Amino acid sequence: MTMNAALIRAILRIIGASLVSLVFVTIAVFFITAVLPGDVADALLGQAATPDAVAALRHSLNLDKPVLVRFVIWVNGLLHGDFGVSLISRRPVLAMASERLIHSLLLAGVTALFAVPVALVLGTASAIFRNTLFDRAVSLLTLCVVSVPEFLVATLAVFIFSVQLHLLPSLASISDIHSIGSFLASFSMPVTTLACVIVGQMSRMTRAVMIDALGSSWVEMAVLKGASPAHIILRHVIPNVIAPLFNVIALSLSYLLGGVVIVESVFHYPGIASLMVDSVAARDIPLVQICALIFCAAYLFLTTLADIVALLSSQRRHAA
Amino acid sequence: MRAQSGIIQPPSLISVKNLRLTGRRGRGPETPIVENVSFDVAEKEMLALIGESGSGKTSIALALTGYARRGCRIAGGHIHVAGYDVTAMPPAELRAFRGKTIAYIAQNAGAAFNPALPLMDQVIEPALLHHTMPRRMAIERAISLFELMALPSPGTIGSRYPHELSGGQIQRLMAATALITGPEVVIFDEPTTALDVTTQIEVLEAFRTVRREEGFTGVYVTHDLAVVAQMADRAVVLKNGVVQEEGTTEQILSAPRHSYTQALLAANTPRIRNNVTETKDTGKDVPALDVRDLVVGYGGTGRDGRPRHTILSDVSLPVLPGETMGIIGESGCGKSTLIRAIAGIQPWTNGGITFEGEPLAPRIEARSAAQRRHLQLVAQNADLVLNPAMSVGDTLRRVLTFNGDAATDVEIGHLLDMVRLPVALADRFPPELSGGQKQRVNLARALAARPRLVLCDEITAALDTVVAAAILDLMMELKRELGIAWLFVTHDLHALRSVCDRVAVLYAGHRVEFTPVAALETPPHHPYTRRLENSVPEMRADWLSDVIGQRDQACDMAPAMPSSRGNGCCYVSRCPVREAVCEISVPPVRRSPDGALISCHLTIQDLSRSTAPGDQS
Repeated sequence: MTMNAALIRAILRIIGASLVSLVFVTIAVFFITAVLPGDVADALLGQAATPDAVAALRHSLNLDKPVLVRFVIWVNGLLHGDFGVSLISRRPVLAMASERLIHSLLLAGVTALFAVPVALVLGTASAIFRNTLFDRAVSLLTLCVVSVPEFLVATLAVFIFSVQLHLLPSLASISDIHSIGSFLASFSMPVTTLACVIVGQMSRMTRAVMIDALGSSWVEMAVLKGASPAHIILRHVIPNVIAPLFNVIALSLSYLLGGVVIVESVFHYPGIASLMVDSVAARDIPLVQICALIFCAAYLFLTTLADIVALLSSQRRHAA
Repeated sequence: MRAQSGIIQPPSLISVKNLRLTGRRGRGPETPIVENVSFDVAEKEMLALIGESGSGKTSIALALTGYARRGCRIAGGHIHVAGYDVTAMPPAELRAFRGKTIAYIAQNAGAAFNPALPLMDQVIEPALLHHTMPRRMAIERAISLFELMALPSPGTIGSRYPHELSGGQIQRLMAATALITGPEVVIFDEPTTALDVTTQIEVLEAFRTVRREEGFTGVYVTHDLAVVAQMADRAVVLKNGVVQEEGTTEQILSAPRHSYTQALLAANTPRIRNNVTETKDTGKDVPALDVRDLVVGYGGTGRDGRPRHTILSDVSLPVLPGETMGIIGESGCGKSTLIRAIAGIQPWTNGGITFEGEPLAPRIEARSAAQRRHLQLVAQNADLVLNPAMSVGDTLRRVLTFNGDAATDVEIGHLLDMVRLPVALADRFPPELSGGQKQRVNLARALAARPRLVLCDEITAALDTVVAAAILDLMMELKRELGIAWLFVTHDLHALRSVCDRVAVLYAGHRVEFTPVAALETPPHHPYTRRLENSVPEMRADWLSDVIGQRDQACDMAPAMPSSRGNGCCYVSRCPVREAVCEISVPPVRRSPDGALISCHLTIQDLSRSTAPGDQS
């Protein structure tokens, strides 16, 4: 019982720490967006606008108030569940962001479903056959893929498969998806591009974690008991590497958040990242803020989850 | 691949012919580990493979299962085990063979059990892998093996995890794992080397019991000749991968023919190196080091101002100038903690330490430059303390310049000379040196500071017997030449006897006895000191049976529990002569005629009596 109470306390501590981080992130997001050059009044009214018109618009949008006052107004809104309205469309930013977020989660989810198993299998295989030709080939390939920036991968993919070969549409339109075929057509290039970014990193880290475990005395003991390689990996190694592997996966998935910005822009995918890019261009600050907050919260969620999994997997042994 | 009828069966259960094992490091050339080794083991026989580190004994043992570690391979020769041609079997057949026909007991069972799985799953795993019996029957068999080996709570111990058990317990669980399928051959790879002598007895006895009951053929790998005397019928002596001598255990131990076996035997035989400096603890001399009522603990401080969990309880230890003080006790008794506290890397909560009359600060940062210089620590594992990227000369030079001394080549040559190393070694790097050479450099590094007191933390524990004996010889020569005081921590009673003037015996963080080394030979003694003495294996074959016969079994089962609070004697749970009073009050310190200080409720007369032979049950 006390063990469970201690465990729950430890989990609450981790969650509490990430909530504190979230508060600091919120503050940082506001002040960083506040110092962005230019404002929405200029962007809305264009270069021909009279100074009076600009001043009037600024006043109506509270942009003429001191930054601290605006911060208080914003935080007060957040606490009441009001994330503000878009300066341009006048729609609530929360609704705008959440419909885009679903699209992004779909893209990230499909990427993870594809990339995580590939990376784990590649990393595990390289660890088992380490220092063989296979291992070196995988190592070289993943190194190359990691080194190429995703915008180049995306642009090259569009150039080859859309422009030259006319095999795939250059735009990933989500509204056109009616069948598995159209789903594959829309998603294959963005997903592959994103996967390139994370598979390399994940498989290399998996390899290191696996090599560490495979070199242990208990693996040698399992060999001497007559266990098969598959039995050793599934029964002995996996339970020991869950925590570090989950950390590897969480870290890679959080890296996806960065990759998604570029990939959504290149393929004009209607996700939250492209929404953010567009809103930055338009100086639609409330929209930028909520997008930034969602990204930060997602990142914190993943790392917190990894911490909790690590805690639980070590606790399971100590609790017995 | 059982030999077919018509083909002549090998005469023995295990037959190794002209075995050649090779290994390579990275992409380096293939070098031989074992060359032209041949031996046979008859059915139900126990053969010892004797040798020091690097002799190839573990590689041979693993080769019997058809296994070679990464980078190594079986390069030639033939191995037949129980009718199987091990060198010719494909992987699938080897898997069916390992764990079923031949089982392996590793040296460090704590590391050989998977930390993430409960023990029972791992103990019965071979039975399930080879489908020798259903799960329920395997569990029943495991529990009966646990009982046979006198493991505590045999019915439930399997639900625990490896880190929750002591080294001696987990080693017996590993034996149960090996025996679960009822294999024809069992390999014991230094199974008690990592254990305390007191624990070793229980494990050795457990092995003998299961061997009597199960009747397997065995190969016992060890460097300890006294253990060989207890366990093996015949022995093969190896050096650098080549067989030196083979014969019955009795012949090898009593009349070794080969010079290497003779040298091994000599190093295993205890001898006194020290001409005991008559310690004149008159109270007038300023002690070199004076530890007074030291308390070290963790978990915060309780209401009485003492730590909630204590590692050391009121330990006092006066060390005179030029004296060698020994500290002995089993693992977990607090001896390393004491050394670390004196060295200033483990702060204490109560009590104090003075060094040459001046108080020492608990933290090394707060100590004066002179104190830091004059108090030097030599760590157990030279591999971990010597910077592998710094040459021996630079390592010593750094100490000299750090202390403001002239760091000339002459001075470095002098230091190397002091530890009996050739001056040419100054240009070499630690990875190029042998274990003994590294430990000598480690000593020279401490001596370069011109210390008055050197703390030695198990400096011979990681070394082979012959090399360790040479290090002890060196220590004694240095003691005579330099007149410095030594604090020598060990779990090896032979080493302790051979170099020390006075000895402190620690048990569960308490100093239970403090005695001149000469008094160790005769009673009276603390019951724990006596138990330590009786636990040191002897070369005679009936030693183990004698010790087991003398023991009070009920007391051995009781776990060693450090009493964190000061009510009762710390040793009460294992003491064969305990009385009611021992449970409730702290024992007084009694002084024997020989000058030993013994913390015990029994009177000196009673303690002397209970040590008399034949009066131990």
